[in-house]
Amino acid sequence: MIIKQLSIFVENKMGKLVDVVEALGKAGIDIRAQSIADTSDFGILRVIVTKPDEVASLLREQGYIVRLTDVLAVSMPDTPGSLAKVLRALSDENVDVEYTYAFVSHNKDKAYVVIRVENNEHALEVLANHGLLFADEEDIYK
Amino acid sequence: MENYYQPDMERAPYEEMRALQDARLKENVRHAYNIPFYKDLLDRNGVKPEDIQSVDDLYKLPFITKDDLRDAYPYGLLGVQLSDAVRVQATSGTTGRRVVAFYTQADIDLWDECCARAIVAAGGTKDDIVHVCYGYGLFTGGPGLNGGSHRVGCLTLPMSSGNTERQIQFMTDLKSTILCCTPSYAAYLAESIHEAGLIDQISLKAGIFGAEAWSEEMRRDIESKLRIKAYDIYGLTEISGPGVSFECSEQTGMHINEDHFLAEIIDPQTGKQLPYGEKGELVFTCITKKAFPLLRYRTRDICVLTRDKCSCGRTLVKMSRLMGRTDDMLIIRGVNVFPSQIETVIISCGFEANYQIIVDRVNYTDSLDVHVEMTPDMFTDEVRGIEKKENEIVEKLRSMLGLTAKVTLVAPKSITRSEGKAVRIIDKRKI
Repeated sequence: MIIKQLSIFVENKMGKLVDVVEALGKAGIDIRAQSIADTSDFGILRVIVTKPDEVASLLREQGYIVRLTDVLAVSMPDTPGSLAKVLRALSDENVDVEYTYAFVSHNKDKAYVVIRVENNEHALEVLANHGLLFADEEDIYK
Repeated sequence: MENYYQPDMERAPYEEMRALQDARLKENVRHAYNIPFYKDLLDRNGVKPEDIQSVDDLYKLPFITKDDLRDAYPYGLLGVQLSDAVRVQATSGTTGRRVVAFYTQADIDLWDECCARAIVAAGGTKDDIVHVCYGYGLFTGGPGLNGGSHRVGCLTLPMSSGNTERQIQFMTDLKSTILCCTPSYAAYLAESIHEAGLIDQISLKAGIFGAEAWSEEMRRDIESKLRIKAYDIYGLTEISGPGVSFECSEQTGMHINEDHFLAEIIDPQTGKQLPYGEKGELVFTCITKKAFPLLRYRTRDICVLTRDKCSCGRTLVKMSRLMGRTDDMLIIRGVNVFPSQIETVIISCGFEANYQIIVDRVNYTDSLDVHVEMTPDMFTDEVRGIEKKENEIVEKLRSMLGLTAKVTLVAPKSITRSEGKAVRIIDKRKI
């Protein structure tokens, strides 16, 4: 499925990351998944939260630069080789993966991964054709 | 034991120098009046060339500024027939601020003589080997010292800037005795020579360093590391180039070649002349140059003039080390940089004018850091995309200024604002 991810610009300086995360905590927002891409001077904090539009407005009000990006959330059996199968299928069909990161899972048999690709619909089609499509919203936003 | 290149001028009694200056000033004001720019300027201010009979009348002339030179670009201030001009030099200042200066052969000759005085004051004779690693080309540093060195009869090494390894190789192999470059490059060379363990193979005895401000502490450091005596030199393309003034063995300021360039100190607010010893803006009037004869040109440099007796025996008026600027121009690694140029680049790359320029000096080399606030429009989800935008600023700055800046994207509203306005420039250099 396609979900909305929040990307937040964070300076690569002591205390900047905790500031954002604290702001989310104070607003009672549960972070379902997160990752950071960083360089020596800045980072991009990517988070998956429930009600992404509301959280984006909240952060913007506090002066943060936030972008909403559609990403794929893919669920798979929590067994060795599952992620490899997904990525192999995408690679074989020439789908360029920008980045991936993992989700907190409440279901002990399932693993969830966020995947960023250029064309979400096409990637979903590829996964469906390979019989690799399982996720449902309930799991992700639980 | 002090040496002079042109003792008649360098040691001229005050009255003699004044008489010469009066005559030359009268003549050059008349010469300049032939240029439509000056005719218009003087007419507008109700000044006739005949009103200027001596140096005492100088105050009657209106000032000219860098903006006037920019507006006159390219040929508006050319004072001779094109066929009589033989050379062009230009300021390092870039888009919108470039100044192109012209020279007749006589203008080049007097410039060379001024530089020759500086070399001789630094102990140079025809037996010396002068190693010039100022840039050559439109920049006046290389051509100026090169010409002066020829005049003195020194063996001249036109090294130009960069390629430190080659500089050191020539220095050790050819036994260079006088080094001419920016003070920061001299400090860098000194470090490199020590790192290579070659200090005992260096034959330098003196250095002539200019084109950027430096501290007394830095001078002493360079002197002890290179085992030389280090002399300051000052100049600007608009007036001729290096050698407008130069330091003698006393090392307490620079003697101005006032048989060619009249110096005044003015209050930058009121424009009134200030007496010797008072700090203000330095103003120059060319009294011999013909192709680009500037009258009362405001340099924006702040310093003090003194006419005390100098132990070197020269009677030429002396200017202090530069104490600052009246505008926001920064001199970074010898390059004139206006914050507005950096702003133009930032805006042309799609960012807003919320930036901060931080200049520092690390190991005697100037560093330029530019912080730019991220904007929602420029933010993307990908590191690569953002880095590309950062690099675009770096590249545009490099091509505009010839300097490599470190660009850092910072959070919105993170740049300190005083009374709502961002603090644009932080110059941490101690000069």
